[in-house]
Amino acid sequence: MGFNETVYNLIFKRTSTMALACVASAFFFERTFDLVTENLFEKINEGKLWKHIKDKYQQ
Amino acid sequence: MAASVGRICRAGLLKSPHVPTINQFSSLSTTREWTKGRKALLGTIGMLAGGAGALLLALDRSVRASDLELHPPKHVWSHSGMFSSLDHASVRRGYEVYKQVCAACHSMRFIAYRNLVGVTHTEEEAKAEAEEQMVLDGPNEQGEMFKRPGKLSDYFPSPYPNEEAARAANNGAYPPDLSYIVSARHGGEDYIFALLTGYCDAPAGVVLREGQYFNPYFPGGAISMAQALYNEAMEYTDGTPATASQLAKDISTFLKWTAEPEHDDRKKMLMKAIGIFSFLMAITYYIKRMKFSTLKTRKIEFRPKEK
Repeated sequence: MGFNETVYNLIFKRTSTMALACVASAFFFERTFDLVTENLFEKINEGKLWKHIKDKYQQ
Repeated sequence: MAASVGRICRAGLLKSPHVPTINQFSSLSTTREWTKGRKALLGTIGMLAGGAGALLLALDRSVRASDLELHPPKHVWSHSGMFSSLDHASVRRGYEVYKQVCAACHSMRFIAYRNLVGVTHTEEEAKAEAEEQMVLDGPNEQGEMFKRPGKLSDYFPSPYPNEEAARAANNGAYPPDLSYIVSARHGGEDYIFALLTGYCDAPAGVVLREGQYFNPYFPGGAISMAQALYNEAMEYTDGTPATASQLAKDISTFLKWTAEPEHDDRKKMLMKAIGIFSFLMAITYYIKRMKFSTLKTRKIEFRPKEK
């Protein structure tokens, strides 16, 4: 049994597992996407954000 | 996308222009059935509308050209880029400039000390800043108003109790509230910077009244605010040399932040939106191709009716 068939039989065949797969993948996708964009934003603005300069002012 | 564009171009380049095709296109036009009078009427209306638009544009341009005002040059700010955040060290220095120079005349009613937390100051520092001023609170149990040290939730203190008092103290000129000034002026932070560094002697023929100064960037040229920023007008706590242009740059950045506190989040959100929507675009294009594939691979045959 190939990979596609396995995926089909386990996930896509039933609506219940399909819906569950949608919710789970949305959760993980959102987390990764947020992390990636936030890291990219901080890399672009290295040294300018409060996060990068706050150590100078905290005791 | 490239494939379909190429396909369209190739088909267009290979096809020889048939005269019947042109006839067919022209027969699609609905204006052929119009009467001459209707054509003339619609033509006149179109010309009048176009002429009015051109006249309005010309009037607008000429008004701008005749203004006694110098438009500020565009500067490259560290936050000018599509994804560039504000320089928070500069915003912090700008707060110092506001507090020591601008706050003597200008209010900032819409910014509270809590807004500084996590942007320019730590919570302890912001609390210390707030406690420096006395705020009118009350009434207490005796029904009397009393003064107390400021809290994080307090807004920046205003130098004058109301607009009339501000006018009375400044020769009738009202120092505007600076909270949203960058969004409220043409040219934004470029204008603020140019105005603060652009003071010069009035040219011959310009008459200034008592208490007025000449600034070419101010509409009309006569401004009631004296030049406020000079080299070494104050000292920065972080040791940055306090030249007049440095002070002007920092206060402009600070005012940009007060006018658009959501600036950094907005640019981060733009990045996320571009990412998500390009992903959705790709999916949409794929689905479109899939759904159209049956339609596009279909052959249509025309069979004339046999007699």
